Amino acid sequence: MLRQLRSSVLAVILLTVLLGLAYPLAITGVAQVLWPHQANGSRVDRDGRLVGSLLIGQDFRGEERYFQSRPSATADDPADTAASNLGPNSARLASEIRARVQSFLRREQPYDPGLTPAMIPADAVTASGSGVDPDISMANAAIQAHRVAAVRGLPLALVMRLIAEHTDGLAGGLFGPVSVNVLALNLALDAAHKS
Amino acid sequence: MTASGWFQIVLLLVVLTGVTPLLGGYIHRVFAGERVLLTRVVGPLERRTSALLAGPKPAGQDWKAYAGSILMFTAIGWLALFVILRTQSIQPFNPQGYRSAPWDVSFNTASSLVSNTGWQFYAGEATLSNFAQMAGIAVHGFASGAVGIASAIAVIRGFANRSGKELGNFWVDLIRALLYVLLPLAIAGSLFLVGEGAIQTLAANVHFRTLAGGSQLLALGPVASQKAVTLLGSSGAGFYGVNSAMPFEDPTGVANFVEILMILAIPAALTATYGRIVGNRRQGWALYGVMLVMFLGAAAVAYPAESRPSPAMRAAGIHGLNMEGKDQRLQVSDSALSAVAATASGDGATNAALDSFTGLGGSIPMANIMTGEVIFGGVGSGLYGMLLMVVLAVFVAGLMVGRTPEYLGKRIEAREIKLVTIGAIAVPLIVLFMTAWAISTRYGMRSIFNAGPQGFSETLYAYTSQANNNGSAFAGYVGFVQPHAPGNAGASGVTFADLTGGAAMLVGRFLPMLAALAVAGSLSGKRTIAAGEGTMRTDTVIFAVLLSATISIVALLTFVPSLMLGPVVQALTPRLF
Repeated sequence: MLRQLRSSVLAVILLTVLLGLAYPLAITGVAQVLWPHQANGSRVDRDGRLVGSLLIGQDFRGEERYFQSRPSATADDPADTAASNLGPNSARLASEIRARVQSFLRREQPYDPGLTPAMIPADAVTASGSGVDPDISMANAAIQAHRVAAVRGLPLALVMRLIAEHTDGLAGGLFGPVSVNVLALNLALDAAHKS
Repeated sequence: MTASGWFQIVLLLVVLTGVTPLLGGYIHRVFAGERVLLTRVVGPLERRTSALLAGPKPAGQDWKAYAGSILMFTAIGWLALFVILRTQSIQPFNPQGYRSAPWDVSFNTASSLVSNTGWQFYAGEATLSNFAQMAGIAVHGFASGAVGIASAIAVIRGFANRSGKELGNFWVDLIRALLYVLLPLAIAGSLFLVGEGAIQTLAANVHFRTLAGGSQLLALGPVASQKAVTLLGSSGAGFYGVNSAMPFEDPTGVANFVEILMILAIPAALTATYGRIVGNRRQGWALYGVMLVMFLGAAAVAYPAESRPSPAMRAAGIHGLNMEGKDQRLQVSDSALSAVAATASGDGATNAALDSFTGLGGSIPMANIMTGEVIFGGVGSGLYGMLLMVVLAVFVAGLMVGRTPEYLGKRIEAREIKLVTIGAIAVPLIVLFMTAWAISTRYGMRSIFNAGPQGFSETLYAYTSQANNNGSAFAGYVGFVQPHAPGNAGASGVTFADLTGGAAMLVGRFLPMLAALAVAGSLSGKRTIAAGEGTMRTDTVIFAVLLSATISIVALLTFVPSLMLGPVVQALTPRLF
């Protein structure tokens, strides 16, 4: 009994030092040397100023010249991640989606008059799992392209080309669907707009 | 649904089937004490630590001594973790200056980690310092996983032993599981994840202005190193509250595929280890086959179910995939597969919000767990849980044909059946009793988030997941209230949910483990009878079918009435609540 107690205490101390400190610190060291960009959160700078992480969605609501991220239960807060957790038969979820459909139509219909509620892709009106989804679907981006092109006075073809350039979906969507990184796309738009 | 979605599911199972004999054979050699490639690297450390913990000449332990060591080690680990959680404010690596978590949440969290559950009533990024994550959560991801592997190896030895009552030495097994299996895989896995985009830093959170002029706080931490071990060791405790949905934990589709593989690899491999130790590889493949088919069945229901809109979406006039609670970088098949893998195994780290799954889609993770975590299951616990079901199936078959049941040439007698029954019934009893208690009291109702049947589903899921040591959640269920700023300022626990859940996790972990060890102790050294004409073979397809039927029937009889009240109702009605 006493022997087991002694072994247990020693084992817990040993594990804490070896696996709780040495292991993560060593991995941190190696990661910081080999992949500093990823290890620090895939950050992007513009004009020497940090403007975000390519993996973390941002809130672009109210900015018509930008592509809009997916709805979020947390207003895109990576320091307090959450999904809505509303159930499939939730009346509150239904009314939230209805409100999102209305605001999506209000925002996009003036620039894309043929748009009907049935054409809205699901990702545009449902809240993401992380609350900080960096991506939107191709269909979602293609609808928003009309607005962004018009507001910025850019040709639609150019905006569509930028979308294509910021689309990922490895091996034709085998690992993850074809999706569009919103922050990267908006940065590219700003750059194209300036020039 | 897409062809690539189905292809990915099939690809996963093909790769897993390929990995199983390789990793399983490796684990067999490690625990047989044979030289492997890594012996050169970790051999000296292994010898020194084994000598420190088990003495210079480690003695074999019978099942009681082995179990005693496990319990003592876990108790001390629990205490250490509880103290770490409660004294967070005075520790290093706390760049955000977080305070300590409330006592009841700490009780739940400490119980969650030592029981290999990974149930999270806390959101790590907003409540835990980097020290608590590394030295607390991650360490017990390793420790509880290694305890699982060690106990499974001990149980297998008992089943296989022709003579003697010794199941091995716990300390030797613990060190081997850590140094030869979990640590090397965790190193490789975490570096791979960083390359894909998972973060690994000790820097403080970064505050900045977004493109649109708002403000954002990037929560950073040593994520990849912890992610790898919580996947491999099946504790599944995410660094962030949303676990694998967070891009910093599960950055790409490729990373997601590998993460699912990491979850399943060791539990699957242990079936091959089993076949090798008992000296008949087909016995291992029979168990693997049962797991594989049940897994495939779950995936084949969950994926189509999530490819349809939920009733709430339909009511709002929206069609297409059920994307509520899912991230765009992952396909719906990724999310459905992740949900199936995380719940069939004991890991629980999903990349989507199960609470928002459709009625049918959400019933699959719950049903997976309700089988008692034997479809791959937790590392080690899945295998010994499956062996308990095997003994039960053999017994049932023996009753049907009127013969004395035997397994691996050993008679299954009253003592084994009693123990198996305890092991198989205890956890469902806890689940049903606690759910009933929680749903019928004011204290229990406080945790419920959704209205209508979903509120019941949340409660049922919470106790199912905790008592079976899974750790996934219908995460609307609340056990921790943090009204204002992060860092536990003004936070309080929901005491009822924290304590009942914590108790469910501890009992749900150790009662079946002790039952399995006791069965192994009882079978160890039993005289074997040569297989004859009338012997029922247990390495055949027929037995695999019988075993699947036994598992399904036990789970169905126990849980269908309660499933009816929650997920089934929601699957059948378009009504909103």
